[in-house]
Amino acid sequence: MAIGVKVVKRPEREVSYLRATLQGMALTFSHLFRRKVTMEYPEEKSTPEWTISPRWRGTHRMLTDEQGRAKCVACGLCPQICPANCIKLVPGEDEEGHRYPLIYEIDEFRCIFCGYCQEVCPEEAIHVGVHYENSEFERGRFVYDLERLCAQTHPVSTLWDPSDPKGE
Amino acid sequence: MSPELKGYLLLAALKIIVVFTAYNLGVMLVIWAERRISGFIQDRLGPNRVGPEGLLQSVADGLKNILKEETIPGEADRVLFFLAPVLSFIPALILYAVIPFGAPLPIEFDGVLPWWTIVGPLLGHITIHGPVPMVIADIPIGLLFILAISSLGVYGIVLAGWSSGSKYSLLGGVRSSAQMISYEIALGMAVISVFLLAGNVTLSEVIAVQQESVWFVLALTLGFILFVIAAFAETNRLPFDLPEAEAELITGYHTEYSSMKFSMFFIAEYSNVITMSALMATLFFGGWDIPFTTWDEGEPSVAKWAATVVMFALKTGFFVFTYIWVRWTLPRFRFDQLMQLGWKVMLPVALGYIVLIATVVWLLDRAGVERGVGYGLILFAVNLALVAVFLWGLDRGRLLIGASRQRARVVS
Ligand code: SF4
Ligand code: SF4
Repeated sequence: MAIGVKVVKRPEREVSYLRATLQGMALTFSHLFRRKVTMEYPEEKSTPEWTISPRWRGTHRMLTDEQGRAKCVACGLCPQICPANCIKLVPGEDEEGHRYPLIYEIDEFRCIFCGYCQEVCPEEAIHVGVHYENSEFERGRFVYDLERLCAQTHPVSTLWDPSDPKGE
Repeated sequence: MSPELKGYLLLAALKIIVVFTAYNLGVMLVIWAERRISGFIQDRLGPNRVGPEGLLQSVADGLKNILKEETIPGEADRVLFFLAPVLSFIPALILYAVIPFGAPLPIEFDGVLPWWTIVGPLLGHITIHGPVPMVIADIPIGLLFILAISSLGVYGIVLAGWSSGSKYSLLGGVRSSAQMISYEIALGMAVISVFLLAGNVTLSEVIAVQQESVWFVLALTLGFILFVIAAFAETNRLPFDLPEAEAELITGYHTEYSSMKFSMFFIAEYSNVITMSALMATLFFGGWDIPFTTWDEGEPSVAKWAATVVMFALKTGFFVFTYIWVRWTLPRFRFDQLMQLGWKVMLPVALGYIVLIATVVWLLDRAGVERGVGYGLILFAVNLALVAVFLWGLDRGRLLIGASRQRARVVS
Protein backbone atom coordinates (compact mmCIF):
# COMPACT_ATOMS: atom_id res chain seq x y z
CA MET A 1 0.00 0.00 0.00
CA ALA A 2 1.58 3.19 -1.20
CA ILE A 3 -0.66 5.62 0.55
CA GLY A 4 -0.75 5.33 4.30
CA VAL A 5 -4.28 5.85 5.50
CA LYS A 6 -4.77 6.71 9.11
CA VAL A 7 -8.00 5.24 10.38
CA VAL A 8 -9.37 6.75 13.53
CA LYS A 9 -11.04 4.25 15.81
CA ARG A 10 -14.35 5.74 16.76
CA PRO A 11 -17.00 4.54 19.17
CA GLU A 12 -19.87 2.73 17.53
CA ARG A 13 -22.48 5.42 17.98
CA GLU A 14 -20.34 7.79 15.93
CA VAL A 15 -19.86 5.50 12.95
CA SER A 16 -23.50 4.41 12.77
CA TYR A 17 -24.81 5.42 9.41
CA LEU A 18 -28.38 4.56 10.22
CA ARG A 19 -28.77 6.62 13.35
CA ALA A 20 -26.99 9.54 11.73
CA THR A 21 -29.36 9.28 8.79
CA LEU A 22 -32.44 9.33 10.97
CA GLN A 23 -31.13 12.25 12.98
CA GLY A 24 -30.39 14.10 9.77
CA MET A 25 -33.86 13.43 8.41
CA ALA A 26 -35.44 14.71 11.61
CA LEU A 27 -33.31 17.82 11.45
CA THR A 28 -34.13 18.64 7.85
CA PHE A 29 -37.80 17.98 8.51
CA SER A 30 -37.79 20.44 11.40
CA HIS A 31 -36.17 23.00 9.13
CA LEU A 32 -39.13 22.76 6.78
CA PHE A 33 -41.19 24.70 9.27
CA ARG A 34 -38.63 27.12 10.58
CA ARG A 35 -38.86 30.80 9.82
CA LYS A 36 -37.35 31.60 6.45
CA VAL A 37 -34.53 34.07 6.15
CA THR A 38 -35.20 35.06 2.55
CA MET A 39 -35.67 38.74 1.89
CA GLU A 40 -37.91 39.19 -1.12
CA TYR A 41 -35.88 41.95 -2.65
CA PRO A 42 -37.88 44.19 -4.93
CA GLU A 43 -40.78 44.29 -2.49
CA GLU A 44 -38.76 44.11 0.70
CA LYS A 45 -35.71 46.31 0.92
CA SER A 46 -35.04 46.08 4.59
CA THR A 47 -36.12 43.72 7.31
CA PRO A 48 -35.61 43.80 11.07
CA GLU A 49 -32.50 41.66 10.53
CA TRP A 50 -30.99 43.62 7.74
CA THR A 51 -31.06 47.23 6.79
CA ILE A 52 -28.54 48.94 4.62
CA SER A 53 -25.69 50.39 6.63
CA PRO A 54 -25.61 54.19 7.05
CA ARG A 55 -21.94 53.93 6.08
CA TRP A 56 -22.78 52.35 2.72
CA ARG A 57 -20.83 54.05 -0.08
CA GLY A 58 -22.88 54.12 -3.26
CA THR A 59 -23.31 56.46 -6.20
CA HIS A 60 -22.62 60.11 -5.53
CA ARG A 61 -24.79 63.00 -4.66
CA MET A 62 -23.85 66.70 -4.74
CA LEU A 63 -25.50 68.78 -2.03
CA THR A 64 -26.90 72.19 -2.93
CA ASP A 65 -27.32 75.47 -1.06
CA GLU A 66 -30.52 77.42 -0.45
CA GLN A 67 -30.56 78.82 -3.99
CA GLY A 68 -30.24 75.34 -5.42
CA ARG A 69 -26.67 75.81 -6.58
CA ALA A 70 -24.10 73.10 -6.05
CA LYS A 71 -22.12 73.72 -2.87
CA CYS A 72 -18.91 72.88 -4.71
CA VAL A 73 -16.35 75.70 -4.86
CA ALA A 74 -14.16 73.93 -7.41
CA CYS A 75 -11.25 73.73 -5.03
CA GLY A 76 -9.90 70.72 -6.90
CA LEU A 77 -9.30 68.57 -3.85
CA CYS A 78 -11.56 65.72 -4.87
CA PRO A 79 -10.08 65.14 -8.34
CA GLN A 80 -6.72 65.38 -6.66
CA ILE A 81 -7.35 62.68 -4.09
CA CYS A 82 -9.51 60.40 -6.20
CA PRO A 83 -7.51 57.18 -6.52
CA ALA A 84 -9.46 56.11 -9.58
CA ASN A 85 -9.04 59.47 -11.25
CA CYS A 86 -12.67 59.51 -12.24
CA ILE A 87 -13.71 63.05 -11.30
CA LYS A 88 -13.49 65.59 -14.07
CA LEU A 89 -13.50 69.19 -12.84
CA VAL A 90 -13.19 72.40 -14.87
CA PRO A 91 -13.33 75.37 -12.49
CA GLY A 92 -14.93 78.66 -13.36
CA GLU A 93 -15.18 82.04 -11.60
CA ASP A 94 -18.00 84.61 -11.67
CA GLU A 95 -17.65 88.48 -11.59
CA GLU A 96 -17.63 88.55 -7.78
CA GLY A 97 -14.78 86.08 -7.64
CA HIS A 98 -16.86 83.10 -6.51
CA ARG A 99 -15.47 79.89 -7.84
CA TYR A 100 -17.84 77.27 -9.16
CA PRO A 101 -17.49 74.14 -11.26
CA LEU A 102 -18.04 74.71 -14.99
CA ILE A 103 -17.89 71.01 -15.61
CA TYR A 104 -18.13 68.44 -12.84
CA GLU A 105 -18.45 64.84 -13.90
CA ILE A 106 -17.97 61.55 -12.07
CA ASP A 107 -17.53 58.36 -14.04
CA GLU A 108 -19.33 55.91 -11.75
CA PHE A 109 -17.87 52.96 -13.63
CA ARG A 110 -14.32 53.93 -12.80
CA CYS A 111 -15.14 54.99 -9.27
CA ILE A 112 -14.11 52.52 -6.61
CA PHE A 113 -16.42 54.07 -4.00
CA CYS A 114 -13.65 54.74 -1.54
CA GLY A 115 -15.40 57.83 -0.24
CA TYR A 116 -12.22 59.94 -0.21
CA CYS A 117 -13.94 62.67 -2.21
CA GLN A 118 -16.53 63.09 0.51
CA GLU A 119 -13.88 63.01 3.23
CA VAL A 120 -11.71 65.60 1.58
CA CYS A 121 -14.35 68.06 0.45
CA PRO A 122 -14.04 71.32 2.49
CA GLU A 123 -17.58 72.42 1.60
CA GLU A 124 -19.28 69.10 2.31
CA ALA A 125 -20.51 69.26 -1.24
CA ILE A 126 -19.81 65.89 -2.83
CA HIS A 127 -21.02 62.82 -0.98
CA VAL A 128 -21.21 59.11 -1.62
CA GLY A 129 -24.79 57.93 -1.24
CA VAL A 130 -26.64 55.20 0.59
CA HIS A 131 -27.99 53.85 -2.65
CA TYR A 132 -27.58 50.74 -4.79
CA GLU A 133 -30.16 50.60 -7.55
CA ASN A 134 -28.30 51.97 -10.52
CA SER A 135 -29.38 50.13 -13.64
CA GLU A 136 -29.31 52.04 -16.92
CA PHE A 137 -29.82 51.14 -20.55
CA GLU A 138 -26.56 52.69 -21.77
CA ARG A 139 -23.03 52.80 -20.50
CA GLY A 140 -22.85 56.51 -21.20
CA ARG A 141 -25.47 57.21 -18.57
CA PHE A 142 -23.01 56.21 -15.88
CA VAL A 143 -21.01 59.41 -16.27
CA TYR A 144 -22.94 61.61 -13.86
CA ASP A 145 -22.78 65.32 -14.65
CA LEU A 146 -23.29 68.13 -12.18
CA GLU A 147 -26.98 68.47 -12.86
CA ARG A 148 -27.59 64.79 -12.29
CA LEU A 149 -25.45 64.74 -9.15
CA CYS A 150 -27.42 67.64 -7.71
CA ALA A 151 -30.74 66.02 -8.62
CA GLN A 152 -30.08 62.86 -6.58
CA THR A 153 -32.22 62.65 -3.48
CA HIS A 154 -31.05 59.51 -1.73
CA PRO A 155 -29.49 59.77 1.74
CA VAL A 156 -25.77 60.38 1.93
CA SER A 157 -23.24 58.19 3.63
CA THR A 158 -21.97 58.88 7.12
CA LEU A 159 -18.38 57.93 6.64
CA TRP A 160 -16.41 56.12 9.24
CA ASP A 161 -15.02 58.55 11.75
CA PRO A 162 -11.80 57.43 13.46
CA SER A 163 -12.60 59.44 16.57
CA ASP A 164 -16.00 57.75 16.80
CA PRO A 165 -15.40 54.24 15.46
CA LYS A 166 -18.78 52.84 16.51
CA GLY A 167 -20.73 55.72 14.95
CA GLU A 168 -22.37 56.95 18.16
CA MET B 1 -65.49 -2.03 -36.73
CA SER B 2 -67.99 -3.03 -34.14
CA PRO B 3 -69.32 -0.35 -31.78
CA GLU B 4 -67.65 -2.11 -28.83
CA LEU B 5 -64.22 -2.03 -30.44
CA LYS B 6 -64.65 1.62 -31.34
CA GLY B 7 -65.67 2.42 -27.79
CA TYR B 8 -62.68 0.53 -26.46
CA LEU B 9 -60.27 2.32 -28.79
CA LEU B 10 -61.75 5.71 -27.95
CA LEU B 11 -61.43 5.02 -24.24
CA ALA B 12 -57.87 3.80 -24.61
CA ALA B 13 -56.89 6.91 -26.55
CA LEU B 14 -58.60 9.12 -23.98
CA LYS B 15 -56.85 7.37 -21.11
CA ILE B 16 -53.48 7.73 -22.79
CA ILE B 17 -53.99 11.43 -23.41
CA VAL B 18 -55.36 12.18 -19.97
CA VAL B 19 -52.84 10.11 -18.06
CA PHE B 20 -49.79 11.37 -19.90
CA THR B 21 -50.95 14.96 -19.64
CA ALA B 22 -51.52 14.52 -15.94
CA TYR B 23 -48.21 12.74 -15.64
CA ASN B 24 -46.27 15.50 -17.33
CA LEU B 25 -48.05 18.08 -15.24
CA GLY B 26 -47.04 15.95 -12.29
CA VAL B 27 -43.41 16.06 -13.40
CA MET B 28 -43.67 19.83 -13.58
CA LEU B 29 -45.15 19.95 -10.11
CA VAL B 30 -42.50 17.65 -8.72
CA ILE B 31 -39.72 19.81 -10.11
CA TRP B 32 -41.39 22.79 -8.50
CA ALA B 33 -41.88 20.87 -5.25
CA GLU B 34 -38.26 19.80 -5.22
CA ARG B 35 -37.13 23.38 -5.51
CA ARG B 36 -39.57 24.73 -2.96
CA ILE B 37 -38.91 21.96 -0.44
CA SER B 38 -35.17 22.22 -0.85
CA GLY B 39 -35.62 25.91 -0.19
CA PHE B 40 -37.66 25.29 2.92
CA ILE B 41 -35.17 22.76 4.23
CA GLN B 42 -32.42 25.33 3.78
CA ASP B 43 -34.54 28.05 5.43
CA ARG B 44 -35.09 29.75 2.09
CA LEU B 45 -38.30 30.31 0.18
CA GLY B 46 -37.41 28.78 -3.17
CA PRO B 47 -38.87 29.96 -6.47
CA ASN B 48 -42.15 31.75 -5.78
CA ARG B 49 -42.35 34.36 -8.51
CA VAL B 50 -43.75 32.73 -11.64
CA GLY B 51 -47.43 32.09 -11.11
CA PRO B 52 -49.06 31.54 -7.73
CA GLU B 53 -46.42 30.30 -5.28
CA GLY B 54 -44.08 29.81 -8.23
CA LEU B 55 -46.10 26.92 -9.64
CA LEU B 56 -45.34 27.92 -13.21
CA GLN B 57 -41.58 28.05 -12.65
CA SER B 58 -41.05 24.88 -14.67
CA VAL B 59 -42.96 26.36 -17.61
CA ALA B 60 -40.70 29.38 -17.56
CA ASP B 61 -37.62 27.19 -17.31
CA GLY B 62 -38.81 24.99 -20.15
CA LEU B 63 -39.44 28.01 -22.36
CA LYS B 64 -36.03 29.36 -21.59
CA ASN B 65 -34.40 26.03 -22.36
CA ILE B 66 -36.17 25.76 -25.70
CA LEU B 67 -34.86 29.19 -26.67
CA LYS B 68 -31.29 28.36 -25.67
CA GLU B 69 -28.56 27.47 -28.08
CA GLU B 70 -27.95 23.79 -28.57
CA THR B 71 -24.32 22.78 -28.56
CA ILE B 72 -23.06 19.49 -29.88
CA PRO B 73 -19.49 18.69 -28.97
CA GLY B 74 -17.23 18.02 -31.94
CA GLU B 75 -16.23 14.64 -30.54
CA ALA B 76 -19.81 13.52 -30.07
CA ASP B 77 -21.41 10.62 -31.86
CA ARG B 78 -24.28 12.61 -33.29
CA VAL B 79 -26.89 9.89 -33.66
CA LEU B 80 -26.47 8.47 -30.19
CA PHE B 81 -26.10 11.94 -28.76
CA PHE B 82 -29.55 12.78 -30.05
CA LEU B 83 -31.02 9.44 -29.09
CA ALA B 84 -29.80 9.31 -25.50
CA PRO B 85 -32.15 11.90 -23.93
CA VAL B 86 -35.11 10.29 -25.66
CA LEU B 87 -34.04 6.86 -24.47
CA SER B 88 -33.81 7.97 -20.90
CA PHE B 89 -37.15 9.76 -20.99
CA ILE B 90 -39.40 7.22 -22.69
CA PRO B 91 -39.02 4.18 -20.39
CA ALA B 92 -40.18 6.23 -17.43
CA LEU B 93 -43.27 7.26 -19.38
CA ILE B 94 -44.02 3.78 -20.67
CA LEU B 95 -43.70 2.30 -17.21
CA TYR B 96 -46.57 4.38 -16.06
CA ALA B 97 -48.89 2.71 -18.53
CA VAL B 98 -49.26 -0.41 -16.40
CA ILE B 99 -49.78 1.20 -13.02
CA PRO B 100 -53.45 1.29 -11.95
CA PHE B 101 -54.33 4.67 -10.52
CA GLY B 102 -57.90 4.32 -9.32
CA ALA B 103 -60.95 2.18 -8.83
CA PRO B 104 -62.82 1.25 -12.03
CA LEU B 105 -65.08 3.96 -13.39
CA PRO B 106 -68.61 2.91 -14.32
CA ILE B 107 -69.41 4.26 -17.78
CA GLU B 108 -72.36 3.05 -19.79
CA PHE B 109 -72.71 4.57 -23.22
CA ASP B 110 -74.54 3.45 -26.30
CA GLY B 111 -75.04 5.79 -29.24
CA VAL B 112 -73.31 8.58 -31.12
CA LEU B 113 -71.25 11.19 -29.28
CA PRO B 114 -72.48 14.78 -29.72
CA TRP B 115 -70.92 16.86 -32.49
CA TRP B 116 -68.83 19.09 -30.19
CA THR B 117 -66.59 16.19 -29.25
CA ILE B 118 -65.27 16.42 -32.86
CA VAL B 119 -64.38 12.71 -32.95
CA GLY B 120 -67.99 11.76 -32.17
CA PRO B 121 -69.51 12.03 -35.67
CA LEU B 122 -66.41 10.45 -37.21
CA LEU B 123 -66.68 7.38 -35.02
CA GLY B 124 -70.38 6.91 -35.48
CA HIS B 125 -72.16 4.49 -33.20
CA ILE B 126 -70.09 3.38 -30.22
CA THR B 127 -70.76 1.27 -27.16
CA ILE B 128 -68.92 1.53 -23.88
CA HIS B 129 -69.72 -1.03 -21.32
CA GLY B 130 -68.33 -0.20 -17.86
CA PRO B 131 -66.75 -0.52 -15.41
CA VAL B 132 -63.64 0.85 -17.09
CA PRO B 133 -60.38 -0.12 -15.33
CA MET B 134 -58.27 2.91 -14.49
CA VAL B 135 -55.03 1.74 -16.03
CA ILE B 136 -53.85 2.30 -19.57
CA ALA B 137 -52.79 -1.27 -20.16
CA ASP B 138 -53.74 -3.88 -17.60
CA ILE B 139 -51.39 -6.40 -19.14
CA PRO B 140 -51.11 -9.80 -17.47
CA ILE B 141 -47.34 -9.49 -17.10
CA GLY B 142 -47.46 -6.10 -15.37
CA LEU B 143 -44.59 -6.56 -12.95
CA LEU B 144 -42.32 -8.30 -15.42
CA PHE B 145 -42.97 -5.50 -17.85
CA ILE B 146 -41.89 -3.03 -15.20
CA LEU B 147 -38.68 -4.90 -14.48
CA ALA B 148 -37.92 -5.14 -18.19
CA ILE B 149 -38.63 -1.54 -19.11
CA SER B 150 -37.08 0.03 -16.04
CA SER B 151 -33.75 -1.55 -16.93
CA LEU B 152 -33.93 0.16 -20.31
CA GLY B 153 -33.55 3.53 -18.60
CA VAL B 154 -29.88 2.87 -18.03
CA TYR B 155 -29.25 2.83 -21.80
CA GLY B 156 -30.14 6.48 -22.08
CA ILE B 157 -27.60 7.37 -19.44
CA VAL B 158 -24.85 5.08 -20.67
CA LEU B 159 -25.30 6.19 -24.27
CA ALA B 160 -25.31 9.81 -23.20
CA GLY B 161 -22.04 9.25 -21.40
CA TRP B 162 -20.53 7.34 -24.28
CA SER B 163 -21.66 9.54 -27.15
CA SER B 164 -20.65 12.84 -25.57
CA GLY B 165 -16.98 12.11 -26.16
CA SER B 166 -16.00 13.68 -22.86
CA LYS B 167 -14.24 12.02 -19.97
CA TYR B 168 -16.66 13.28 -17.35
CA SER B 169 -19.66 12.06 -19.25
CA LEU B 170 -18.04 8.72 -19.88
CA LEU B 171 -17.20 8.28 -16.22
CA GLY B 172 -20.77 9.17 -15.31
CA GLY B 173 -22.10 6.66 -17.81
CA VAL B 174 -19.79 3.92 -16.60
CA ARG B 175 -20.73 4.56 -13.02
CA SER B 176 -24.40 4.53 -13.78
CA SER B 177 -24.22 1.26 -15.66
CA ALA B 178 -22.36 -0.38 -12.79
CA GLN B 179 -24.72 1.09 -10.23
CA MET B 180 -27.97 0.43 -12.00
CA ILE B 181 -27.09 -3.11 -12.93
CA SER B 182 -26.11 -3.98 -9.37
CA TYR B 183 -29.19 -2.44 -7.83
CA GLU B 184 -31.47 -3.82 -10.51
CA ILE B 185 -30.90 -7.25 -8.99
CA ALA B 186 -31.84 -6.16 -5.50
CA LEU B 187 -34.90 -4.39 -6.91
CA GLY B 188 -35.99 -7.49 -8.77
CA MET B 189 -35.46 -9.65 -5.69
CA ALA B 190 -37.54 -7.31 -3.56
CA VAL B 191 -40.31 -7.51 -6.14
CA ILE B 192 -40.14 -11.32 -6.19
CA SER B 193 -41.24 -11.32 -2.56
CA VAL B 194 -44.36 -9.49 -3.75
CA PHE B 195 -44.96 -12.21 -6.35
CA LEU B 196 -44.80 -14.81 -3.63
CA LEU B 197 -47.63 -13.26 -1.69
CA ALA B 198 -49.73 -11.97 -4.56
CA GLY B 199 -49.42 -15.17 -6.55
CA ASN B 200 -49.82 -13.07 -9.66
CA VAL B 201 -47.83 -10.51 -11.62
CA THR B 202 -50.70 -8.33 -12.76
CA LEU B 203 -50.60 -5.08 -10.85
CA SER B 204 -54.37 -4.86 -10.46
CA GLU B 205 -54.27 -8.35 -8.92
CA VAL B 206 -51.50 -7.26 -6.58
CA ILE B 207 -53.73 -4.44 -5.39
CA ALA B 208 -56.73 -6.76 -5.04
CA VAL B 209 -54.73 -9.16 -2.86
CA GLN B 210 -53.63 -6.29 -0.65
CA GLN B 211 -57.22 -5.16 -0.27
CA GLU B 212 -58.25 -8.59 0.90
CA SER B 213 -55.43 -9.08 3.39
CA VAL B 214 -53.04 -6.38 4.57
CA TRP B 215 -50.84 -3.97 2.70
CA PHE B 216 -47.60 -5.60 1.72
CA VAL B 217 -45.64 -3.01 3.63
CA LEU B 218 -46.75 -4.94 6.70
CA ALA B 219 -46.45 -8.40 5.28
CA LEU B 220 -43.16 -7.65 3.51
CA THR B 221 -41.56 -4.86 5.52
CA LEU B 222 -38.00 -5.84 4.79
CA GLY B 223 -38.83 -6.25 1.11
CA PHE B 224 -40.19 -2.74 1.13
CA ILE B 225 -37.03 -1.38 2.73
CA LEU B 226 -34.89 -3.17 0.15
CA PHE B 227 -37.14 -1.90 -2.63
CA VAL B 228 -36.87 1.69 -1.43
CA ILE B 229 -33.09 1.57 -1.22
CA ALA B 230 -32.80 -0.03 -4.65
CA ALA B 231 -35.32 2.41 -6.11
CA PHE B 232 -33.25 5.34 -4.91
CA ALA B 233 -30.22 3.83 -6.61
CA GLU B 234 -32.20 3.06 -9.77
CA THR B 235 -33.37 6.63 -10.14
CA ASN B 236 -29.88 8.03 -9.48
CA ARG B 237 -31.10 10.17 -6.66
CA LEU B 238 -29.06 11.14 -3.66
CA PRO B 239 -27.49 9.46 -1.77
CA PHE B 240 -26.80 7.35 -4.87
CA ASP B 241 -26.40 10.04 -7.50
CA LEU B 242 -22.87 9.07 -8.44
CA PRO B 243 -23.52 9.20 -12.20
CA GLU B 244 -24.01 12.92 -11.90
CA ALA B 245 -21.79 13.69 -8.94
CA GLU B 246 -21.30 17.42 -9.37
CA ALA B 247 -18.26 17.56 -7.17
CA GLU B 248 -16.10 15.26 -9.22
CA LEU B 249 -17.81 14.80 -12.61
CA ILE B 250 -19.30 18.26 -13.22
CA THR B 251 -22.70 16.72 -13.84
CA GLY B 252 -21.66 13.34 -15.14
CA TYR B 253 -23.45 11.92 -18.12
CA HIS B 254 -25.26 15.11 -19.14
CA THR B 255 -22.25 17.41 -18.84
CA GLU B 256 -22.19 18.07 -22.58
CA TYR B 257 -25.90 18.54 -23.03
CA SER B 258 -27.54 21.90 -23.31
CA SER B 259 -30.89 23.44 -24.03
CA MET B 260 -33.94 21.18 -24.30
CA LYS B 261 -31.87 18.00 -24.51
CA PHE B 262 -30.59 18.74 -21.04
CA SER B 263 -34.14 19.37 -19.92
CA MET B 264 -35.09 15.94 -21.22
CA PHE B 265 -32.68 14.33 -18.78
CA PHE B 266 -34.06 16.51 -16.06
CA ILE B 267 -37.61 15.53 -16.90
CA ALA B 268 -36.58 11.89 -17.17
CA GLU B 269 -35.12 11.99 -13.68
CA TYR B 270 -38.31 13.32 -12.20
CA SER B 271 -40.51 11.00 -14.26
CA ASN B 272 -38.51 8.14 -12.84
CA VAL B 273 -39.06 9.49 -9.37
CA ILE B 274 -42.81 9.65 -9.92
CA THR B 275 -42.97 6.21 -11.48
CA MET B 276 -40.92 4.65 -8.71
CA SER B 277 -43.06 6.38 -6.08
CA ALA B 278 -46.20 5.13 -7.80
CA LEU B 279 -44.71 1.65 -7.82
CA MET B 280 -43.91 1.79 -4.12
CA ALA B 281 -47.49 2.87 -3.49
CA THR B 282 -48.86 0.11 -5.71
CA LEU B 283 -46.68 -2.76 -4.63
CA PHE B 284 -46.48 -2.10 -0.92
CA PHE B 285 -49.11 0.45 0.05
CA GLY B 286 -52.17 -0.99 -1.59
CA GLY B 287 -52.21 1.20 -4.71
CA TRP B 288 -55.45 3.13 -4.82
CA ASP B 289 -56.88 1.25 -1.83
CA ILE B 290 -58.30 3.47 0.89
CA PRO B 291 -57.18 2.11 4.27
CA PHE B 292 -59.49 1.09 7.13
CA THR B 293 -62.57 0.79 4.94
CA THR B 294 -63.95 -1.65 2.44
CA TRP B 295 -66.23 0.97 0.92
CA ASP B 296 -63.94 1.49 -2.08
CA GLU B 297 -63.93 -2.19 -3.00
CA GLY B 298 -67.64 -2.62 -3.64
CA GLU B 299 -69.76 -1.74 -6.63
CA PRO B 300 -67.88 0.88 -8.74
CA SER B 301 -69.19 4.42 -8.65
CA VAL B 302 -67.93 7.85 -9.64
CA ALA B 303 -67.41 8.93 -6.04
CA LYS B 304 -65.34 5.85 -5.29
CA TRP B 305 -63.36 6.42 -8.45
CA ALA B 306 -62.58 10.02 -7.51
CA ALA B 307 -61.70 9.14 -3.91
CA THR B 308 -59.35 6.35 -4.92
CA VAL B 309 -57.59 8.47 -7.54
CA VAL B 310 -56.98 11.12 -4.89
CA MET B 311 -55.79 8.44 -2.48
CA PHE B 312 -53.33 7.12 -5.04
CA ALA B 313 -52.06 10.62 -5.76
CA LEU B 314 -51.57 11.20 -2.04
CA LYS B 315 -49.59 8.00 -1.59
CA THR B 316 -47.44 8.72 -4.61
CA GLY B 317 -46.97 12.28 -3.43
CA PHE B 318 -45.82 11.06 -0.07
CA PHE B 319 -43.07 8.96 -1.62
CA VAL B 320 -42.07 11.76 -3.94
CA PHE B 321 -41.74 13.94 -0.88
CA THR B 322 -39.58 11.29 0.75
CA TYR B 323 -37.34 11.28 -2.29
CA ILE B 324 -36.91 15.01 -2.06
CA TRP B 325 -36.50 14.96 1.70
CA VAL B 326 -33.78 12.32 1.56
CA ARG B 327 -32.01 14.17 -1.21
CA TRP B 328 -31.67 17.30 0.87
CA THR B 329 -30.53 15.38 3.92
CA LEU B 330 -27.98 12.79 2.95
CA PRO B 331 -24.56 13.25 1.42
CA ARG B 332 -23.40 11.11 -1.48
CA PHE B 333 -21.84 7.68 -1.01
CA ARG B 334 -18.37 6.95 -2.19
CA PHE B 335 -18.36 4.60 -5.16
CA ASP B 336 -16.80 1.66 -3.36
CA GLN B 337 -19.29 2.09 -0.53
CA LEU B 338 -22.09 2.06 -3.03
CA MET B 339 -20.89 -1.13 -4.64
CA GLN B 340 -20.28 -2.68 -1.25
CA LEU B 341 -23.82 -1.88 -0.18
CA GLY B 342 -25.20 -3.22 -3.42
CA TRP B 343 -23.33 -6.50 -3.65
CA LYS B 344 -22.38 -7.33 -0.09
CA VAL B 345 -25.50 -6.19 1.71
CA MET B 346 -28.49 -5.77 -0.57
CA LEU B 347 -28.02 -8.84 -2.75
CA PRO B 348 -27.42 -11.45 -0.03
CA VAL B 349 -30.11 -9.97 2.17
CA ALA B 350 -32.61 -9.96 -0.69
CA LEU B 351 -31.76 -13.54 -1.62
CA GLY B 352 -32.01 -14.73 1.95
CA TYR B 353 -35.23 -12.82 2.35
CA ILE B 354 -36.85 -14.57 -0.60
CA VAL B 355 -35.89 -17.95 0.79
CA LEU B 356 -37.22 -17.03 4.23
CA ILE B 357 -40.49 -15.60 2.98
CA ALA B 358 -41.01 -18.56 0.69
CA THR B 359 -40.43 -20.88 3.62
CA VAL B 360 -42.81 -18.98 5.88
CA VAL B 361 -45.47 -18.86 3.19
CA TRP B 362 -45.07 -22.58 2.57
CA LEU B 363 -45.26 -23.37 6.28
CA LEU B 364 -48.33 -21.20 6.77
CA ASP B 365 -50.05 -22.77 3.81
CA ARG B 366 -49.15 -26.24 5.10
CA ALA B 367 -50.52 -25.31 8.51
CA GLY B 368 -53.74 -24.37 6.76
CA VAL B 369 -53.78 -20.68 7.71
CA GLU B 370 -56.34 -18.77 5.64
CA ARG B 371 -54.89 -16.08 3.37
CA GLY B 372 -56.25 -12.91 4.91
CA VAL B 373 -55.54 -10.38 7.60
CA GLY B 374 -54.31 -12.93 10.14
CA TYR B 375 -51.94 -14.40 7.59
CA GLY B 376 -50.57 -10.95 6.90
CA LEU B 377 -50.10 -10.21 10.57
CA ILE B 378 -48.12 -13.40 11.13
CA LEU B 379 -45.88 -12.38 8.24
CA PHE B 380 -45.63 -8.93 9.78
CA ALA B 381 -44.31 -10.41 13.01
CA VAL B 382 -41.73 -12.42 11.08
CA ASN B 383 -40.77 -9.31 9.18
CA LEU B 384 -40.39 -7.22 12.29
CA ALA B 385 -37.82 -9.68 13.57
CA LEU B 386 -36.04 -9.66 10.20
CA VAL B 387 -36.01 -5.88 10.01
CA ALA B 388 -34.60 -5.67 13.50
CA VAL B 389 -31.79 -8.03 12.53
CA PHE B 390 -31.20 -6.18 9.26
CA LEU B 391 -31.03 -2.76 10.86
CA TRP B 392 -28.86 -4.08 13.66
CA GLY B 393 -26.47 -5.43 11.06
CA LEU B 394 -26.49 -2.23 9.01
CA ASP B 395 -25.93 -0.14 12.08
CA ARG B 396 -22.57 -1.68 12.88
CA GLY B 397 -20.82 1.16 11.11
CA ARG B 398 -19.54 -1.01 8.32
CA LEU B 399 -20.84 1.24 5.60
CA LEU B 400 -18.76 4.18 6.64
CA ILE B 401 -15.57 2.19 6.53
CA GLY B 402 -14.53 1.86 2.97
CA ALA B 403 -11.47 0.65 1.16
CA SER B 404 -9.11 2.55 3.42
CA ARG B 405 -10.00 0.48 6.46
CA GLN B 406 -9.50 -2.78 4.67
CA ARG B 407 -6.17 -1.66 3.31
CA ALA B 408 -5.09 -0.48 6.70
CA ARG B 409 -5.91 -3.87 8.11
CA VAL B 410 -3.73 -5.52 5.50
CA VAL B 411 -0.85 -3.19 6.31
CA SER B 412 -0.93 -3.64 10.04
S1 SF4 C 1 -15.48 57.60 -4.10
FE1 SF4 C 1 -13.28 57.46 -4.35
S2 SF4 C 1 -13.03 56.73 -6.42
FE2 SF4 C 1 -15.12 57.39 -6.27
S3 SF4 C 1 -15.07 59.50 -7.02
FE3 SF4 C 1 -14.82 59.58 -4.80
S4 SF4 C 1 -12.62 59.62 -4.49
FE4 SF4 C 1 -12.98 58.91 -6.58
S1 SF4 D 1 -13.63 68.78 -2.95
FE1 SF4 D 1 -15.73 69.52 -2.78
S2 SF4 D 1 -15.56 71.72 -3.19
FE2 SF4 D 1 -13.67 70.78 -3.86
S3 SF4 D 1 -13.96 70.39 -6.01
FE3 SF4 D 1 -14.53 68.53 -4.96
S4 SF4 D 1 -16.70 68.76 -4.62
FE4 SF4 D 1 -15.96 70.76 -5.16
